[in-house]
Amino acid sequence: MPDWGKEIRALLEGLRLDPTREGEIVEELSQHLNDRYEELLAAGTSAGQAHRSVMEELNSGRLTAELQPLLHPAPQPIVLGQDERANPLAGLWRDLRYGARLLRLNPGFALVAILSLALGIGANAAIFQLLDAVRLRTLPVRDPQELANIPVVYHPNGRTGSFSSPNPQLTNALWERLRDQQQGFSSIGAWSAQKLNLSQGGEARYANALWVSGSFFATLGTHPILGRLISPADDQPGCGSSEAVISDSFWQREFGGGASVLGQKVTLEGHPFEIIGVTPAGFFGVEVGRNFDVALPVCAEPTVMGERESALRNPQGWWLAAIGRLKPGWTVERASAQLAAISPGIFEATLPAEYDPTDRKNYLQFKLGALPAASGISELRKEYENPLWLLMGISGLVLLIACANLANLMVARATARQREMAVRLALGASRGRLVRQLLAESLLLAVVGALCGVGLAQALSRLLVSFLSTQNTHLFIDLTPDWRVLVFTAGLAILTCLLFGLTPAIQAAGTAPGEAMKATGRATTAGRERFAVRRGLVVSQVALSLVLLVGALLFVRTLRNLVTLDAGFQRDHILINDVDLSPLRIPVANRVAYKQELLARTRAIPGVISAATARVVPVSGNGWNDNISIPGTTVQRKIADFNRVSPGYFRTVGTPLLAGRDFDDRDTAASPQVAIVTEKFVKKFLAGSNPIGRTFGVVQQGGKPDRIYQIVGLVRDTKYNDLREEFMPIVFVAEAQDDSPDLEAQFMIRSDAPLTDLIPAVKRTIAEVNPAMVLNFSVFDTMIREGLLRERLMATLSGFFGFLAAILAMIGLYGVISYMVARRRNEIGIRMALGADRSSIVALIMQEAGTLLGIGLTIGTVLALIAGSTASALLFGLRPSDPWTLTMAALSLAAVAAAASFLPARRAATLDPMQALREE
Amino acid sequence: MTYMAPKVFDRELKKGSAELLILSLLEHRPRHGYEISKLIEARSEGVLRFNVASFYPLLYRLEQRGFIEGRWVEKAGQRRRRYYRLTPQGRKMLKEQRSIWRDFVNAMNQITGAEHA
Repeated sequence: MPDWGKEIRALLEGLRLDPTREGEIVEELSQHLNDRYEELLAAGTSAGQAHRSVMEELNSGRLTAELQPLLHPAPQPIVLGQDERANPLAGLWRDLRYGARLLRLNPGFALVAILSLALGIGANAAIFQLLDAVRLRTLPVRDPQELANIPVVYHPNGRTGSFSSPNPQLTNALWERLRDQQQGFSSIGAWSAQKLNLSQGGEARYANALWVSGSFFATLGTHPILGRLISPADDQPGCGSSEAVISDSFWQREFGGGASVLGQKVTLEGHPFEIIGVTPAGFFGVEVGRNFDVALPVCAEPTVMGERESALRNPQGWWLAAIGRLKPGWTVERASAQLAAISPGIFEATLPAEYDPTDRKNYLQFKLGALPAASGISELRKEYENPLWLLMGISGLVLLIACANLANLMVARATARQREMAVRLALGASRGRLVRQLLAESLLLAVVGALCGVGLAQALSRLLVSFLSTQNTHLFIDLTPDWRVLVFTAGLAILTCLLFGLTPAIQAAGTAPGEAMKATGRATTAGRERFAVRRGLVVSQVALSLVLLVGALLFVRTLRNLVTLDAGFQRDHILINDVDLSPLRIPVANRVAYKQELLARTRAIPGVISAATARVVPVSGNGWNDNISIPGTTVQRKIADFNRVSPGYFRTVGTPLLAGRDFDDRDTAASPQVAIVTEKFVKKFLAGSNPIGRTFGVVQQGGKPDRIYQIVGLVRDTKYNDLREEFMPIVFVAEAQDDSPDLEAQFMIRSDAPLTDLIPAVKRTIAEVNPAMVLNFSVFDTMIREGLLRERLMATLSGFFGFLAAILAMIGLYGVISYMVARRRNEIGIRMALGADRSSIVALIMQEAGTLLGIGLTIGTVLALIAGSTASALLFGLRPSDPWTLTMAALSLAAVAAAASFLPARRAATLDPMQALREE
Repeated sequence: MTYMAPKVFDRELKKGSAELLILSLLEHRPRHGYEISKLIEARSEGVLRFNVASFYPLLYRLEQRGFIEGRWVEKAGQRRRRYYRLTPQGRKMLKEQRSIWRDFVNAMNQITGAEHA
């Protein structure tokens, strides 16, 4: 019988039919031809003739042409491994869809993967967003790259005078000369930030005020959304309390955003200012991290400060900062050169008359210079830029650990899918094609993880900002994500995808199809090389986690050291009441007595244990220092910190009096000037000898003779500026002997009663004397804690990241050890059958875990020592290589690791050897 | 009026009539392809004959249009064969085609017969 099927198939070939349909047609037509052939034979035709006739019939008609429109060709089959060279991205969508299906089938894996990526990427993006906002973003003004800041860039021995405002770069005299003589800037403006009281008597309510020169807004190119801005015409010497411009947020908050705000008054420190305009939303001045409420012309400063010392009139008052817009064609360098050239003339002309010869010589060496200011000026940046970069590094490590964990999971999955890969390879897929397929799956995870991460970052960065804001300083940071944040996150997603996807992909593509197909289920999961990769990943995880744990412990201990540090005073149960007496216009001669009267009344409040006044509250950020000389010694013009306190101060703050006496009623304006000094003072200036009865002089400005003090008491060392500093020599002088008392009194009140309950009583007491006084309360302990924000931030975040890293590493270790137990089931079964007891099996597994841990910890210790040096500036009271910290971190990691590997070890030990062997 | 070459006319006529023939042969029972083609040949006493190349496309076209339905039937001791049967739609079609043909043939007869009578 001829093979009709072959002939028919040859005819149908061009139609490219679906194989099933083609088979049916071939079968049906063959039968037909067969029947016809037999019929012809039966009729007596020869076989050869019959065959010819049948073939003629088959070829006579137009079978293919007739069938063509009837039968659809089969869809193009998916040939795995077919490289679509014309378009390398072709089929990517298919890969992604396939990946998505696989993830849907395995929701547990997908959830863990996406969650860990979202956390890792989210933390990185959040910190980057903050860095972007405080460091990288340019000011929201016209052509910010043309702006430059103009400070005194050269001052080899520091500057002398009184410093106010967050950026005390220039005095008013310097600013005026600079404005008139500079050539590099088409426009130049000055500003200074200060808190001014909005309320009239009673408890103070502060507005963030900005003193601005007439050209400030024009220099920045800012236009009002309502009314007009301050212009040079508004900033004329002696302008008094005149016009004010308010910010959009203040307008909304205080005036409900109504247009009728123009012409209304805003009262600052008791002086009414007429509102002439509103700045646009988003404009915050030039200082990143600080918004302003009210902008006032610089010329109004003396009026507002009233009887208090005006910075504008003080030739030594450093309080302004300048910003200029470069002329076309001028660079920062060229402008700097011009500023350097005019500096000698400017400093000569502005030399404060009261400076002594040393200060004069120093002052005349100063040089002005220009610094790029496209991204503004920020104290916040100085304080937080390094910690943020460090946190970024830490969160980067966490992401790396998360990637290692994922890579581990993916390798395990790839191992389980080895047969699938083998089948694909056998069907003709290229290895590159397999890598792409697996990378597409990783990419899918990375993209979903990154999207969740971006959402998380928004919440996290806002949380961080609220963490850094305190009651007194509200951080103003624009956190809307810009292109940098988006590019950063997208980059992270791609990087992580490559990090955790590439190794397993390359491994899977390296599958030997023949062996994988032949092998049994158990054998396909073996492979020494593959397991080595997983162990390597765990070792790196352990090492990185140790680095993070060490970091976390260092920062936590730094914070602890600062919190528990013996500062020489007791921080709790002290309320500070800062009273502004200026509305009362008390004559100088009566001021001391008035303050003493207020103190006596405060002491009489029920619940008050003791109270005292202090010019400088310790570690508040305020300070006062002077040069001292001790007659007949080498101690000449040595700097010492000063404070002016009332009797009872040491009892109130809990600083022990070691010798001599406290100030008392004997010390009056008429009696000899007395002082109490600290141990450090004695050690440094008196060579440790008994200080009581000794005298020293305080250098006076303007060529006046030194003022002589007699030491009557010795107290323990206390911190002055900062908890982190070494103890400094401090001189306490008596409030009662103040010959130029100001109109401010700071009361420190110790009480056993809850301090919030004490405030109303203090308010009432002060108001009974005179309700016009303005009060500002703060709690000493809270103030100190807020001063430790940076340390708290580092401790909290690095602690959290360290914890996260340890957990991730332990999950990785658990996975690898579990896998190893599964892989060695038979071996363990044989060992047990040959008489190994359970404890030796546990020991076997734990030994494996111990090896990984040991290698990881060793590498981690080296890394931690290297990484620690970058953090040393942020530590307090311990070195980065602190052995106790290293040991604690290693021990705690080892303990968790032991727990993580004990579970699989116990599972191995409770294995039924018979069952394990039967499975072989 | 379009001119139609005799050969094309022959083919179209054959195809049109063949569909009717196939449908009517399946009216009462399912049959396989070879059986249908043999029956056409036998009943027309050899006047109408389809070879395999032109017959099966016809069959598949009818099937695709939903007038007939083919299914594989296995009988004991035989190879499986594909049997076609009329669908309800095919039955309706057959009825229509039949009356058209009847009218057409009557008309033809009246014209051609009258000339000869």
